Amino acid sequence: MKKYIIQSLRLTAVLLVLLCIIYPLFIAFTGGFSKGNGGGEKIMKEGKVVGYAALGQSFTKPEYFWSRPSAVDYNAAGSGGSNKGPSNEEYLKQVADRIDTLLKYNPTLKKADIPADMVTASGSGLDPNISVQGAEIQISRIAAYRKLDENIVKDLVAKNTETPLLGLFGPTKINVLKLNVALDELNKK
Amino acid sequence: MNTELLGIIATYAITLLIAIPLGIYLAKVFAGEKVWTDFLKPLEKVIYKLSGINSNEEMNWKQHMKALITINLLWLVYGFFVLIFQHKLPLNPDGNLGMSPDLSFNTVISFVVNCNLQHYSGETGLTYFTQQFVIMFLQFVSAATGIAAAVVLFKAFRDKTTTQLGNFWVFFIKSITRLLLPLSIVIAIVLAFNGIPTSYEGKDQFISMEGDTVNVSRGPVAAMVAIKHLGTNGGGWFGVNSAHPLENPNYITYMVEMIAQVIIPIAMIFAFGWFIRRKKMAYVIFGIMTLGMFLLLVPTVISEVRGNPAIEKMGISQATGAMEGKEIRFGTIGTAYWSTVTTIISTGSVNSMHDSTMPLTGMLQMLAMMMNCFYGGCGVGLLNYFVFIIIAVFISGLMVGRTPEFLGHKVEAREVKIASIIALLHPFIILVGTALAAYTITYYPDANWAVKPSSWLNNPGFHGFSEMLYENTSAAANNGSGFEGLGDNNMFWNVVTGFILILGRFLPIIGPVAIAGLLGAKKYIPESNGTLKTDTLTFGVMTFVVIVIITALAFFPALTLGPLAEYFTLAKS
Repeated sequence: MKKYIIQSLRLTAVLLVLLCIIYPLFIAFTGGFSKGNGGGEKIMKEGKVVGYAALGQSFTKPEYFWSRPSAVDYNAAGSGGSNKGPSNEEYLKQVADRIDTLLKYNPTLKKADIPADMVTASGSGLDPNISVQGAEIQISRIAAYRKLDENIVKDLVAKNTETPLLGLFGPTKINVLKLNVALDELNKK
Repeated sequence: MNTELLGIIATYAITLLIAIPLGIYLAKVFAGEKVWTDFLKPLEKVIYKLSGINSNEEMNWKQHMKALITINLLWLVYGFFVLIFQHKLPLNPDGNLGMSPDLSFNTVISFVVNCNLQHYSGETGLTYFTQQFVIMFLQFVSAATGIAAAVVLFKAFRDKTTTQLGNFWVFFIKSITRLLLPLSIVIAIVLAFNGIPTSYEGKDQFISMEGDTVNVSRGPVAAMVAIKHLGTNGGGWFGVNSAHPLENPNYITYMVEMIAQVIIPIAMIFAFGWFIRRKKMAYVIFGIMTLGMFLLLVPTVISEVRGNPAIEKMGISQATGAMEGKEIRFGTIGTAYWSTVTTIISTGSVNSMHDSTMPLTGMLQMLAMMMNCFYGGCGVGLLNYFVFIIIAVFISGLMVGRTPEFLGHKVEAREVKIASIIALLHPFIILVGTALAAYTITYYPDANWAVKPSSWLNNPGFHGFSEMLYENTSAAANNGSGFEGLGDNNMFWNVVTGFILILGRFLPIIGPVAIAGLLGAKKYIPESNGTLKTDTLTFGVMTFVVIVIITALAFFPALTLGPLAEYFTLAKS
């Protein structure tokens, strides 16, 4: 037994060096060559960092495309979902309220066109994406607020639509932050 | 929708393409045959030397278990104190605090046993030091422990009669040097180049487009996410695990993390078959486990794609399925596949919030953990399945009136007793834990804990019961996922699940290894016409039936009170 204890102690010490120092430092070194140098890819606008490509952020002004609802208000220092069960009455009321808000700000919108992702909170509370339908239902509102032709906004949405991996695998989606940055540039022209 | 389906089909296909050759490679590694990674031998020799290990020393099954328990106990003590005093240690750029003793107790057990139930949130609950020197360290060594234990079992059936079962330290170290570490390096690099952070910098801050000041938690995430999946651990860097955009930013990382968590459990099946020179056995076990997975997967996908009936009634479009708690970039089908895989295998990492999935999905997630042997965790999945094989051997033996035998060794009362105890232990600890929680909530709603029992549940009614049932199931299955609405960081849950975790880990390892050790030492009886063959499809189906009956009988009443009741309420209203 004593032999095993000493072997355990020594082996643990050796493995701590190998697995907790050498391995992660090697990965950190290699990761330094990636986009964003290992700190996450950032999005710039007019020379300033306005966010991370991977992280969603809150958009509530009517002239921007809105993100999905978030249970943590897009707090990137602490993530979280709502963890509401499907039959929770209080939760269902919240969803109904979100539908009403969307209808209020988008007068031409038909209820049946609202996609579920725009009225439900994401798992992380930091979802950077919305569905294509989620963007389409906002086009007429944004065109009106920005005094742009609807077709121009529509083209912009189409241009910012990210196709599945290799065109084959996974969902089609839109990065809200990138789309809104592009939208602001459109207005400048 | 079609690209989503194609996505998971491709993911599973790639998994098999990697896992099967990997299994054959592992059989050779553990048998000491020549393999291309033999250039790592000098590294292993250095480790043996520094640790004072004689790699030629043979152990019997009891010595194996003594070594395993000794080193695991050491990790428990080490991790417990480091977590409590983490604020006094370096690498804490965000200034996070030390853990309370009950939380540290729960956390260290949870990671030593490969479960990774997390009652803290990584952003605020740990420092970079403890993320790496406790959490990530334990993710490597707990996975290697499971694999080494499974190899002991392999060894018992390779030769006709033997008590010499190889050296535990050798199996354990080789699991790291020949499998976990090299693959983790490859995976971590792929993840890093897809946007998962690797730097040691602390929190970042930026001003958003609408003028909000946003703080961003970061850290050397990629290295940990690699082993978290490869070792079927599942404990995430961030609170929301692989739903977090910096822990799982795109579909490539989705596929990589998904593949990483399944390859070793599948590889171990083939390693078993090749190691004991009975390839057919591997195919049968793999077939039955895969059948089990599909039976859980298909209804999960259907129930999620259909969406929430209560939201359906509001008249909006659920073309993309039920979206609460899910991320757009994985899609509903990709998320459903993940939820099945992470629960049949004891990973427990999540890319969506399971608490918000449909009632039937929640039930299937729980069922997957209740059976806990379709692929299963690193090494331990096969050990769990082996317990059911022994029971199936015994029952079929009785049915056809022959002495039960497994691979030429008589299965007698002692082995069947051990197998039955292990098989029944699982429902016992889950149901007792849940009953205790339900009792506490009813009779002591105002107990003075960090979270009062009256505020434990995030959802009322049947779903609230499911939250408690899920937590105990996850702990017993060493899974680690959760219905995260449950207020679990308090004395009750930290202590109760702490004990469930330990029981649910070590007995199901010691039991099967003991059975294997006992059987391996018995006289070898050559196969004859009277032998019940255990590598046939018929016997595979028999094992499957045993698994289903044991779980169905034990858990059906509890499932009725939780997810089933919720399902019918939703369908009716």
